[in-house]
Amino acid sequence: MPLLSLITYAPLVGVLGILALRLSSRADESKTVEASKWIAFVTTLATLALSVLLVAQFDPANPGFQFVEEAPWFGVLAYRMGVDGISVLFVLLTAFLMPICIAASWKSIEKRVHEYLIAFLILETLVIGVFCALDLVLFYIFFEFGLVPMFLIIGIWGGARRVYAAFKFFLYTLLGSVLMLAAMLWMIGMSGTSSIPELMTYEFAAEAQTWLWLAFFASFAVKMPMWPVHTWLPDAHVEAPTAGSVFLAGILLKMGGYGFMRFSLPMFPNASDLFTPLVFAMSVIAVIYTSLVAFRQTDVKKLIAYSSVAHMGLVTMGIFAGNEAGEQGAIYQMLSHGVISGALFLCVGVIYDRMHTREIAFYGGLVTRMPWYAAVFLLFSMGNVGLPGTSGFVGEILSMTGAYQVSTWTAILAATGVILSAVYMLTLYRRVVFGTMTNPKLATINDLEWREVAIFAPLIVATLYMGVQPNIVFDLTNASVDQLVRAYQAAIGG
Amino acid sequence: MDPKVLVTIILFGPLIGAITAGLFGRRIGDKASMGVTTGFLFLSAILSWVVFSQWTWGHLEPFTVTYAPFIHVGDFISNWAFRLDGLSAVMLVVVTTVSSLVHLYSWGYMADDPSKPRFFAYLSLFTFAMLSLISAADFMQLFFGWEGVGLASYLLIGFWHHKDTANAASIKAFVVNRVGDFGFALGIMTCFWAFGTIEFAKLFPLIEASVGKGWDFAGGYFSLIDLACALLFVGAMGKSAQFFLHTWLPDAMEGPTPVSALIHAATMVTAGVYMVCLLSPMFEYAPVAKTIVTVIGAVTALFAATVGLTQNDIKRVIAYSTCSQLGYMFFAAGVGAYQAAMFHLFTHAFFKALLFLGAGSVIHGMAHEQDMRRYGALQKYLPITYAVMTIGTIAITGLGIPFLDWGFAGFYSKDAIIHAAYSAGGAGHPVGYFAFFIGVLVAGLTAFYSWRVAFFTFNGHARWTPEDLEQHWHNRDHAHDAVHDDHAHGHAQHETHDEPLPEAHHGHGHGDHLPHESPWTMRIPLLVLSVGAIAAGFAFHHQFIGEHNGEFWKGAIFNAPAEHAAGHHYPLWVVLAPIVASVGGLLIAAYMYIWREGLGAKLAANNGLLYVFFYNKWFFDELYQATFVRAAKFLGDLFWKGGDQKLIDGLGPDGVSALSVQVGKGAGRLQSGYVYHYAFVMLLGVAGLLTFALWAWAA
Repeated sequence: MPLLSLITYAPLVGVLGILALRLSSRADESKTVEASKWIAFVTTLATLALSVLLVAQFDPANPGFQFVEEAPWFGVLAYRMGVDGISVLFVLLTAFLMPICIAASWKSIEKRVHEYLIAFLILETLVIGVFCALDLVLFYIFFEFGLVPMFLIIGIWGGARRVYAAFKFFLYTLLGSVLMLAAMLWMIGMSGTSSIPELMTYEFAAEAQTWLWLAFFASFAVKMPMWPVHTWLPDAHVEAPTAGSVFLAGILLKMGGYGFMRFSLPMFPNASDLFTPLVFAMSVIAVIYTSLVAFRQTDVKKLIAYSSVAHMGLVTMGIFAGNEAGEQGAIYQMLSHGVISGALFLCVGVIYDRMHTREIAFYGGLVTRMPWYAAVFLLFSMGNVGLPGTSGFVGEILSMTGAYQVSTWTAILAATGVILSAVYMLTLYRRVVFGTMTNPKLATINDLEWREVAIFAPLIVATLYMGVQPNIVFDLTNASVDQLVRAYQAAIGG
Repeated sequence: MDPKVLVTIILFGPLIGAITAGLFGRRIGDKASMGVTTGFLFLSAILSWVVFSQWTWGHLEPFTVTYAPFIHVGDFISNWAFRLDGLSAVMLVVVTTVSSLVHLYSWGYMADDPSKPRFFAYLSLFTFAMLSLISAADFMQLFFGWEGVGLASYLLIGFWHHKDTANAASIKAFVVNRVGDFGFALGIMTCFWAFGTIEFAKLFPLIEASVGKGWDFAGGYFSLIDLACALLFVGAMGKSAQFFLHTWLPDAMEGPTPVSALIHAATMVTAGVYMVCLLSPMFEYAPVAKTIVTVIGAVTALFAATVGLTQNDIKRVIAYSTCSQLGYMFFAAGVGAYQAAMFHLFTHAFFKALLFLGAGSVIHGMAHEQDMRRYGALQKYLPITYAVMTIGTIAITGLGIPFLDWGFAGFYSKDAIIHAAYSAGGAGHPVGYFAFFIGVLVAGLTAFYSWRVAFFTFNGHARWTPEDLEQHWHNRDHAHDAVHDDHAHGHAQHETHDEPLPEAHHGHGHGDHLPHESPWTMRIPLLVLSVGAIAAGFAFHHQFIGEHNGEFWKGAIFNAPAEHAAGHHYPLWVVLAPIVASVGGLLIAAYMYIWREGLGAKLAANNGLLYVFFYNKWFFDELYQATFVRAAKFLGDLFWKGGDQKLIDGLGPDGVSALSVQVGKGAGRLQSGYVYHYAFVMLLGVAGLLTFALWAWAA
């Protein structure tokens, strides 16, 4: 059974369902909206179930690719799919967050609901494809076309400045991908294969590695995003609808980190080693610079967006540490950030749905009317701060430990992030949740409703469980990471 | 019962209580929430004493129970575990005893508060985190507990979250502690990099062999073990409010007084001392780090005592006193007298919790007035509180009879520290004598400020009127604070509860507007702690610091052979110095606040240079505000508006889009309005191009 293809294309079944519904009952749109939401929700749940099945059947002892599917295409190209310990959990994360995104949009999206749901389902297919693709061209197609639905979600269902944000998002990402495309073409021409597993063992000449590394870097650095190509992210987040932000922060940002681990490190190890100081510098600047910028924000969403950039700085640092603690820390940080930042954007969505503003100054004293909301927001704030016992801690400490072994200065400077994150996050929490409620418009604001509690519940469980039992992740990633690290160290050391 | 089962119940009982009260408090009601948390705490406390007595008088040997794996990544291995040894056995009784008494006390103290389940849930959560800290078998669980108590402290300082001052104080506490944790985390990473493990049992045997090894760190060359210890000590400085990282502790008094007693006096703030003692197998090989610990400890002891001399808020004086006593514990550890440090930690927990809860009783009786300038002559209204506060004061000032070797708790532990510093000086410790002299001097200062509190509060003439109290009961809000605080320098605080109180509150005797003694739930903890303050030193000094203390600690504390300090004989003047200083402080305080009542206020009104310096806490807050806080704001704005908006966006996307709009003036609408169509087409083009290129290449 081609399980990976099944998972990847399962959301498209939902798309067909919604289209069929639309075509069969074109009379009254409003009646079909509810049904479409259910179709989308059930489809994403089914995809999640398949992904859980995938993880359950995954053999953690095998460091190589599993569930491999291969069908010849034309020329050297082939339809190749497969997952290893590094990618399998990203498939699960995507499938996990998608039902939450659909549920979070249940009431807040009012126009063109069918198209909105279709965009999300297609997005899910494309993103899962990114993590499963084992062929350069296939990867590129999934990677680039993933932009389009996201672009539409921001551009159509976004806020007031959505066009500006969508344009900026597009401009940045396209610039990077053109360079990556050129590099891929060159690689295929050089090696005569487009198979990712084969390319991972192909030894490119040192000078070629340098140029290829830079081309891929341009694309992945934008996706992460790394400083200084991060400015599209706050705007995209601010304008995106809540579910769009959840998916953007939760999944799309991880494609960059995944790319570094799938391409840059194994295919261009010498260039990776060469450019490690550059990456470290950019990572450290990202941590300090964007944390300080986050501290000064007046818009809740922008603050959390900047905080994402800072957290991604730790990820790039961990990846290029090139040792076990660094890689595991980076993977863990990406998974954890997917859950926590997604949850934080949902927290913003809760009050935005009620008050239609993201101005921090508008709020204050919410705890008196919304004690459960205050508790949930506190939990995820603490996760974002990296409090031990939440998933945020594990990734942070490991990626810093990894970097420390390569460059103490990098680790020291990045560790200042633990101070700064506390500063901006607690200040935000204080201004929104604590204090006296002085704004009369808040006097009737209501606490979480059951739908919202149900949305947060899985995220709370994930944050806490991953916080105290991180080995459930490491057991799956260990073998593949070990292999990656060993090959990388052999290439740069030998 | 199997001690492994006992410690497990001790550890998880408070967690169950916290979860029950925290999640279901609204459903099960106030009484049930308070009952379940307090019940579990008393269970934990009783079982802790069982374990402790088995440890002290029975044949219990050190053991570690492993519950589950935590992080396993390569050699970076950490487990959820309970490590029982001499140190954690002591901490068990300290933490659970004080915590259970504070739970009980809070029944009375928080009786009017509308958020009781939340308060009790936080208290129990704190206890769980503290227990997981002291029972850690590796650095990760230690760090978990370390930051967990920080979280509880943050939540409890800001418990009255409608108060801006409380919110500011809670953030300050968390952030300053994070500065410490920054060093702590780097210390852990140093250990891992140098020794390849973060488990204490594997780490400690590797230390001796690493002596003399150096390490390139941040561009300099350091002795490996000194560097690791110094970084770890930064964490201890944050948690235990030592000099430079002390500024959060006085502000933490914004929290309810039971919290101050439990977290900010008896337990959490001593975690730093505990850590240094736990890591004695490392610190003993780190002479430079030990010198740093000694100097920081001694300077803190002196600094906090000088500030404590001048404060008028009763809780703040006791907070500075805590800070100062922690300084004692650190310099004891720094000179290698870990046993004495732990002993002082133990006795201090009793008498300092007693003093805080006693202060809480005064505050409760005085309608939440905290400014001692509005106290006076309270002994006849609060006789029990007066008695127990006097006991606590005798204990902290270390009164006793040197030649009979009998005294209150502080007499044994503080004198042991001061003597240890003296003998360390004699044995060549670079700052041993320095610590000794500071220790004696601070003993005098401690006596002065402690007796000042007692006399200022309970003796002399009343500086309050029944009308004041009535006014307090009726307006306990911010406006009221402001009215009072413009009087003099005004750092005094009033504890204000969540909401205006219903009239029913006056039921238990506030109707006559005279100070009143507290209910029995508050009096019992005071009496129990008084017993501890009197007897803890006398009863346990043989075990903790006697000649055969090795039988008590059973290997938990390591002393390098050369510096073994216990059991020396000291010159007479060294033996007498602390007690003379202490009695001197007592006499001066009595002179200024009883015999020549009003002299203290007169001296303060002169605003002498030294007084202003001490009163303003050596201007640390102002300094940090002017440097770190301003710099963070300035840089944040600079990077945001200058960096992101002007430089990056200006040259990048905005510049490009402006350019493209200018170039295709007519097409402007297309480019901005339908940009996503445009994007879609472009991507299709790119994909088509790719397909074509590949097809052509293959053909």
